[in-house]
Amino acid sequence: MTPKEIRDKDKDIHAFLEVFEDPAPEQAWYGAGALSGKTISIKDNLLLEGHKASAGSKILENFTAISDATVIRKIKEAGAIIVGRTNMDEFGMGSSTENSAYGVTKNPHNLERVPGGSSGGAAASVAAGMCDMALGSDTGGSIRQPAAFCGVVGLKPTYGRVSRFGLIAYGSSLDQIGPLTKTVTDAEIIYNVIKGEDFNDSTSINDDTYPNKKKFNKTIGIPRDFVGSEGVSGEVKKSFKEAEDKLKTLGYEIHDIKLPSLKYSLSAYYIIALAEASANLARFDGVKYGLHVDGENSIDDYFKTRGAGFGKEVRRRIILGTYVLSSGYYDAYYGKAIAVRKKITQELREAFKKYDLIVLPTTPNGAWKIGEKSSDPVETYIEDIFTVPVNIAGIPAISIPNNLQLWADLGREDNLFRAGKEFLGEIE
Amino acid sequence: MNKEEVLKLAKLARIDVSDEEAENLAKELGSILNYVSEIKSVDVSEGSTGFTLKNVFRSDSESHPSGQFTDAILAQAPSREGDYIKVKKIL
Repeated sequence: MTPKEIRDKDKDIHAFLEVFEDPAPEQAWYGAGALSGKTISIKDNLLLEGHKASAGSKILENFTAISDATVIRKIKEAGAIIVGRTNMDEFGMGSSTENSAYGVTKNPHNLERVPGGSSGGAAASVAAGMCDMALGSDTGGSIRQPAAFCGVVGLKPTYGRVSRFGLIAYGSSLDQIGPLTKTVTDAEIIYNVIKGEDFNDSTSINDDTYPNKKKFNKTIGIPRDFVGSEGVSGEVKKSFKEAEDKLKTLGYEIHDIKLPSLKYSLSAYYIIALAEASANLARFDGVKYGLHVDGENSIDDYFKTRGAGFGKEVRRRIILGTYVLSSGYYDAYYGKAIAVRKKITQELREAFKKYDLIVLPTTPNGAWKIGEKSSDPVETYIEDIFTVPVNIAGIPAISIPNNLQLWADLGREDNLFRAGKEFLGEIE
Repeated sequence: MNKEEVLKLAKLARIDVSDEEAENLAKELGSILNYVSEIKSVDVSEGSTGFTLKNVFRSDSESHPSGQFTDAILAQAPSREGDYIKVKKIL
């Protein structure tokens, strides 16, 4: 598609905040490599030199990146054509793109429904055929959940596997960049381009960080109690049963497993993510870059700038993050959440000694109608129940149609690709 | 959580919040805290060793030439005077 064709197509969907003019073919970023000629959209929290990056927020409305994120440099060198930047929930805080300061993105399969989030624009851009691939970010499910809602593939790599240099941070112990694609094969191709240790990101890891290379035996664990949690729709249960049957037909050995601490993931996640967000977003002060609203004096500048620049959900999360970190509550909330996080991680790593994969649905319900959920924030947070444990433990996971999620041990993306391709019938 | 607590937290977080919003936030934050409080009851006495964190250091090398990004960075600042970012009087 030409930029004009994308813009026309996007009128009804609003996946893009900006579609770039077609860069001249002689431009240096048309490298020759694994992504030669592939069109890729980038989430609005990734820095592309000379272009705006607003993270879906008014506070960064006029911010222009002065250098490329490491993932952007890598896809340019591999020959990708970057077509535009996609809509997202402000700073990644949301599951529907309804929290974007620039309007909601619509689900290309049903314009009355949300595309999921926070990488909702990314998922919609691929699902509507406006580009071949998308780069998104996943803090608690922000790649996998919109991939499920839009019927595409979404990969959240192992924590540290992809450099986050040039990603606008939300929860730094949880954030990971990853691709949204039409096939598992494509996800693997772009993953191999963007992965790797990076001098500019001290949390990045290399191929040898997790030495476990246990042979793939086609064994699957299903945390049956967790999958049967309250609030999982009949439709989701039915499609999960079908997926399970298909995996059996493909020769996978399925075992019911117990992971008793998984159910606390959501609580631990929200405490940790909000605490980290309140610290990360302290940098937006109206002094160095971004929005500035003048107050009576220099401290009042902060209050006015941050009050006007941050949207409702962001203000809510910063204030709650401030609460769980404040003296008197720190041990009860943040300290406890960290201990619970270790316990969940331990249970999962123990399970991966026996099983190659853990399998469950990506979301407990289908895409909801735009505007349907707004009054009680907990109602929306609960929709993340099946995706957050992955970020809590740092493990890799992939969501494939129809609403099926595969988890693997740290550093074992290879198992996700193998089973994912087999499940979708993609020939090696 | 009540309105006064929300206003105090908003002050700590340097965010302007109206009285009306503080009233609503008190309800919403109460609802979220009520939900996440379930973790207070989790037994974590077993000394979990799920993952280990370590410090990562690097040498202060490979720096770019001095001044390479100065103009581009300062161009983003809301207020500038020469090569300085300009703010209101502090003391």
